[in-house]
Amino acid sequence: MRAPSFNLLSWLIAIAALLALPWLVTSDYYVNIASQVVIAAILALSLNLLIGFGGMISLGHAAYLGVAAYLSIYLTAHAGFGHLAGALIAIGATTVLAMLFGYLALRASGLGFLMITLALGQILWGVAYRWASLTGGDNGLGGLKRPHPFGLNLMDPAIFYYFALAFFGIALWCIARFVQSALGQSLQGTRDQPRRMRALGYNVWLIQWLSFVFAGFWGSVAGLLYAYYHQFVSPQTLHLTTSAETLLMVIAGGTGTLLGPVVGAALVVILKNVVSAYITRWLILLGVIFVVIVLFMPEGLVPGITRWVRSLRSRPRADKAADTPSIAKDSAR
Amino acid sequence: MVRTRIFLSTTILAACTALTPLQAAESLKVGFMTVRSGALAAGGRQMEEGLKLCMDEHRGVMAGRKIEIITADTAGQPAVTKTKAQELVERDGAQVLIGPLAAFEALAIDDYIRQTKTPVISPSAAAEDLTQRKPNPWFVRAVGTSAQAHHPLGEYAAKDLHYKKIAIIADDFAFGHEIAAGFQRTFEQNGGKVVQKLWSPLNAAEYGTYITQIDPSVDAVFAAFAGGNGIKFLGEYKNYGMQKPVLGAMTTVDEGILKRMGDEAVGVISSGWYSAATDTPANKKFVEAVRKAYSADPGYYTVGAYMACQFLNNALEQVKGDISDKAAFMKALRNVNISQSPYGPVKLDTYGQPILDVAIRKVEKKDGRLQNTVIKTYPAVSQFWTYGPDEFLKSPVYSRDWTPAK
Amino acid sequence: MNFWIIQGLNGLAFGSLLFILASGFSLIFGLMRIVNLSHGAYFMLGAYVGLSAIEAGVNFWIAILIGGGAICILGTVIERFILRRLNGQPLAQVLVTLGIAFIIADTCVWIWTGDPRPVPMPRELTGAFRVSNLAFPIYRLFVIGVAFALAAALWFLLERSRLGAMIRAGVDDLPMARAMGIRTSLLFSAVFCLGSALAGAGGVLAGPILSVYPGLDSDMLPLALVVVILGGVGSLLGAFVGSLIIGFIYSYGQALFPDLAYVILFLPMVLVLTLRPTGLFGRQAI
Repeated sequence: MRAPSFNLLSWLIAIAALLALPWLVTSDYYVNIASQVVIAAILALSLNLLIGFGGMISLGHAAYLGVAAYLSIYLTAHAGFGHLAGALIAIGATTVLAMLFGYLALRASGLGFLMITLALGQILWGVAYRWASLTGGDNGLGGLKRPHPFGLNLMDPAIFYYFALAFFGIALWCIARFVQSALGQSLQGTRDQPRRMRALGYNVWLIQWLSFVFAGFWGSVAGLLYAYYHQFVSPQTLHLTTSAETLLMVIAGGTGTLLGPVVGAALVVILKNVVSAYITRWLILLGVIFVVIVLFMPEGLVPGITRWVRSLRSRPRADKAADTPSIAKDSAR
Repeated sequence: MVRTRIFLSTTILAACTALTPLQAAESLKVGFMTVRSGALAAGGRQMEEGLKLCMDEHRGVMAGRKIEIITADTAGQPAVTKTKAQELVERDGAQVLIGPLAAFEALAIDDYIRQTKTPVISPSAAAEDLTQRKPNPWFVRAVGTSAQAHHPLGEYAAKDLHYKKIAIIADDFAFGHEIAAGFQRTFEQNGGKVVQKLWSPLNAAEYGTYITQIDPSVDAVFAAFAGGNGIKFLGEYKNYGMQKPVLGAMTTVDEGILKRMGDEAVGVISSGWYSAATDTPANKKFVEAVRKAYSADPGYYTVGAYMACQFLNNALEQVKGDISDKAAFMKALRNVNISQSPYGPVKLDTYGQPILDVAIRKVEKKDGRLQNTVIKTYPAVSQFWTYGPDEFLKSPVYSRDWTPAK
Repeated sequence: MNFWIIQGLNGLAFGSLLFILASGFSLIFGLMRIVNLSHGAYFMLGAYVGLSAIEAGVNFWIAILIGGGAICILGTVIERFILRRLNGQPLAQVLVTLGIAFIIADTCVWIWTGDPRPVPMPRELTGAFRVSNLAFPIYRLFVIGVAFALAAALWFLLERSRLGAMIRAGVDDLPMARAMGIRTSLLFSAVFCLGSALAGAGGVLAGPILSVYPGLDSDMLPLALVVVILGGVGSLLGAFVGSLIIGFIYSYGQALFPDLAYVILFLPMVLVLTLRPTGLFGRQAI
């Protein structure tokens, strides 16, 4: 996992830019957009663990976002729990849910896996819609007040942005460590050579399941931030559309890279929230961009552009895309 | 394709007004949240038409101030709605918001409009608690609540139509629950009995499964549907050979979808705070204008947005176009009093909810098109019906399980 | 007793609609291994095209052909110019069809304004068919007939015709089929055209019952998935039996367990996938 060849300097520039962002933009509105990008990026990063590194295409990742958001709002705003307790229970319970869903979904692989995650997601959506006494039904659940951890006023857009960015940094670091760990390496092994891994004595199922749960955990962290940011959740959050959009972020940005999902998240959030103000038919644009990316940059924007920039510099080198797992290489098993 | 900004004022008009030059020059920015993509796009389009009509009528000037409308597409998604509200208020400097379309969207920005103290005029969201148990000081509504028009229908069904037993079939979401419960409450208080309640999922593919469950001994069926579900239900109801009379909610036979229906809709009795067929000069003028511009009759969303815009005008006139004191403007907005409008006379109660004339309407075919002929009017109907706010608010909000008669 | 008969008929009619929707999906899936997530959008677009044809004065039956034909052309173009470029990359193909579904859905809102609209029923099929105290819509009986006729025709096509033999050879072993001299390129286009046409024509045919509205695509796509999963991939019999089972679960389930109405179709899907990943009639896991 060294895919995007970012050297130390580019990392420092990127970090400085992220930290300076609230001073660079003219309106709190853009700070809030940045917070949403950061939250979406955590979700996309966690989904990328499954897709990019595990070769498991999930169409139900909104489940963790939505369940964690519902739980944290329900517990803190309606059941009298404190913020910390509510947050911990929400994340814990959602991770347990990921254990169950992982157990069910990993009974199949490839497209079967995709279908089970889709069906489980639809069931959760139906439950949220129907169980109105708990979830508020289609009217959703609100009333959450943002917490004041360490005396920070999270109502301030810039402070919230840094709060979310801190989580993002931790998520990025943990996921990067996971990918480089023995477990992460064997996960990539199960993606590329499941049979050989099995023959070598690896417990493929367990490796995949643990990764699934780990991804669910980070999905629930994104869900918690989502709840704090929006202070509201409705069945829309659990809907197939949310899962599909998250999938889109990962694919568009670049699977199997660390930065890809982040760029993809920025692309989708900005299209949906900012560009839609200027282009009425933004959904068509989203679809077209997606199709174009899959057709012409199948490894995603980040590896694709990296490759492109490198070829512009005309430094002849072995095609880097070769060790960047692209969706092209995964096959439905 | 590009964002609509309606600058319709003319310099002549601005010059004619007796206001300070500063105020006349500075336009008032109004954020308009509609839906242009996804399942709610039809309602969103009708809202845009209603708003444009009202703006044209005022030539873009209210109380001497130019009005600049900034439109945003919420896609019918709560998370996007909040971002769009931020976009309009923080980036574009909107001072008043008209919108959003759906109740869950309005609820998603509830906290936000309290924080930013932004006056909001709702052109369509009907959820009861927005002006009942969770009133927001910065929120007024230009339409009825879910049950507001259906309390009278329950009474009418029992007293005038002499129905004793009714089956209810309704969309299984908050809007359907609230309509059904309001209807049941007054119907049963007047001696009727709801013997069966069927809740079909909002996205039910077809209604055969439900139609065939309807108790054959009932006198009539009350069908409370939103969106396009009324079209599907009534069409299938007829094809299943059902003979029992159908009572409808306002949205079951709304003008926005009535134009797509056939003979199966004829005879459906419904209630609403509006009918395009209302025979008053104010409404005739309005309907003529809509027909001319869009060759369709105005319905729920068109008239809702049109009236939201008239509320804005009325309030601006009260404060002489000066919106700098938000509290005073909000007070004016809650003090809206319009004697002649497509609705009839309108004023607001202390919760920010209009008191409206409610019409009992019957679908008839006239000059080759279907219309909701008004057969009876209940004047000045409150959201609390005849119960009074205190008694009404003591009980929990209408829901699927709450049976008010018990 | 009446309850079981009438809900059984409802289930049969809904299952028939599902079969018309899912047969094309299953056909494409079976031969080309493409999970066509645009299938719901094809269905919706077909219904809109048919509706416009009817409003332009065309007879209902011709409108079905127009709806099917238009989607066949669209599908073939997409297959030739997009999916074929991604040959051998099933996942990229799935994702592209998801993007295309977004584009078609929003284009429909653009062109047909988002108003929910019923497709008018042919006059001769309106009303109810009555036996003693039971009444059932004639149009639904007709739809049941169409589904059975379609099943028979597809069976004949696949099992008894030369084209069918080539398709079956392709499903079983594609490289071998190619080696035998079957022009798989043309075969793929033909199958994709047929599958798409079934979706488009199905949309028009279902229009009088379902009506057309934005969101019809995402309402119907999961149903097609459920049917194919339950029945088994690439099996016509599976799609047929799966459709009917799902139809019965839908009608009896909604009537008997109204609280589960929103999830009634996805529970069996999870059960089948976890217990028998090949589906009821599939030969291989998906």
